[in-house]
Amino acid sequence: MNETTMLPFTHASFQQHLSAHRLMGSRCAACGAMHLPPRAICPACRSAQMTWVEFSGRGRLAGFTSVFIPPTVMAQAGYGRENPYLSGVVELEEGPKISARLLGLDAAHPEGISIGQPLVVDFIDQGDGEKRSTVLAFRPLS
Amino acid sequence: MPATRSLPRPVAIVAAGISKFGAFPGKSSRDLFVEAFLDMESSASKGMDARAIEALYLGNFSSELFEHQGHTAPLIAEAVGLTPIPAVRVEDACASGGVALRQGVMAVASGMYDVVLVGGAEKMTSLPTAEVTDALATAADTQYEIPAGFTFPGFYAAIATAYMHRYGMRPEHLMNVAIKNHENGALNPNAQFGVSISDWMQSRIAAAIKKGKPAPTWQNVWDFLHDDSANPMIAWPLRLFDCSPITDGAAALLLVSAERAADYTDHPIYIIGSGQASDVPLHGRSDLTTLSAARNAAQQAYQMAGVTPADIRFAEVHDCFTIAEIVATEDLGFFPPGDGYKMAEDGVTARNGAKPINVSGGLKSKGHPVGASGIAQAVEVFKQMHGLAGERQLKGDVSLALTHNVGATGSTCVVHIYERKN
Repeated sequence: MNETTMLPFTHASFQQHLSAHRLMGSRCAACGAMHLPPRAICPACRSAQMTWVEFSGRGRLAGFTSVFIPPTVMAQAGYGRENPYLSGVVELEEGPKISARLLGLDAAHPEGISIGQPLVVDFIDQGDGEKRSTVLAFRPLS
Repeated sequence: MPATRSLPRPVAIVAAGISKFGAFPGKSSRDLFVEAFLDMESSASKGMDARAIEALYLGNFSSELFEHQGHTAPLIAEAVGLTPIPAVRVEDACASGGVALRQGVMAVASGMYDVVLVGGAEKMTSLPTAEVTDALATAADTQYEIPAGFTFPGFYAAIATAYMHRYGMRPEHLMNVAIKNHENGALNPNAQFGVSISDWMQSRIAAAIKKGKPAPTWQNVWDFLHDDSANPMIAWPLRLFDCSPITDGAAALLLVSAERAADYTDHPIYIIGSGQASDVPLHGRSDLTTLSAARNAAQQAYQMAGVTPADIRFAEVHDCFTIAEIVATEDLGFFPPGDGYKMAEDGVTARNGAKPINVSGGLKSKGHPVGASGIAQAVEVFKQMHGLAGERQLKGDVSLALTHNVGATGSTCVVHIYERKN
């Protein structure tokens, strides 16, 4: 237990955990359902009694793309037609899925990437000081 | 299973109009809506007096980001001279138009109003493409999806990869949808890219020769669609021709109670089914190969209408990307899961097929002014049912049709079923 276990079940709290390189979701204290992203209310049993839970970070690829025409923020980071990047939906071994960047796979040859590919969590830290932020990523489980 | 609901009283479409779809510098969403409104007025076979209109429901996704203009509905009402009627803007991303239609249906069915204008308008081409992409991305979950680098083509690409893995589809299969919808759109004078891909290829070859450049060596449309220079990758496995365009456009419908329908036409088009559902972001779903909001909305609409998927003669579905049309034809119950791409390949969904899909050209060829698309689908149903669809007019029985309009990756879906009874 530490002070982060008292955080509200919000995106800001999720990001605070992520910046500490922890993939945290919520677990319903009433029915045990695990939620990622974290939820304040359990849609399964309607309970609002939640606790934070850390996910193992192991999962499998459920769907993905290699982005050749990026949004502005990714274009500014140097991505584009000659330098595509991968985004995917990852199914965690605990059950929930999450959207994330995919690292360590060949974005220029996405036809070689397989659905079901085992993955492990990684974290992309961007910026410094006040502007530091962390983006969720996964890479192949080796 | 949702409860079967019924409309308290029947609602009919008696007039329908559409602007030209395309890129129109100097035309605002208001100007485009005026075009659609005038086209609608001219479609009422017995004429119409706009002073009878009691309310406006307007589908518009993001006039703030596209035109730096909020509070759009009263301005649209003013543009067509309808102040001081209540004017309500409806926003559910790319399903805004279909949801505005549903709000209008409920307003007439409830007995609150007898004559309601529903419309959709979007002005998208005033921003550079990257900023349009950013604006559209606000329809996704900007906290948990967008930071992962997803774009809208990217989301549907992820759906495509899951679908390919499960059912053995290849990226080439998607091209059948693009080829078909451009062939349909070539017969629609309101379409933004109303040209077949074959003719598109020939014009590229002719342009190269005219400029004295080496002529491309494409032997057929498949060569053309596999060429990165002609059909660049956007988000693998989706290429340019898998994506609907960025479009300015508007569309309008006049909804009335059954008692008032004969004032406007001898052939009212009744809305006999309406369904709508929401869903979690893409990553929250147990199955990435189907949109459960579409299945849910369709079930509601079929139950209300008392018809089955086999009864539907033709449909306009939300083909924002080629894979979306394939998934839609399965979600609507036209084909079993995993068969949609084969039906597109076999011509079942072609204009002369057993289940014509997107005879208008769809979002793909007609264009996708997001807030107007759901209304434009109903305009096509009206035109087909009145024999006003020109060269793309369907032969045979067109008395029962369906529209399917999706917001984002299916966080919203709205389905309507239409019947011409005489």
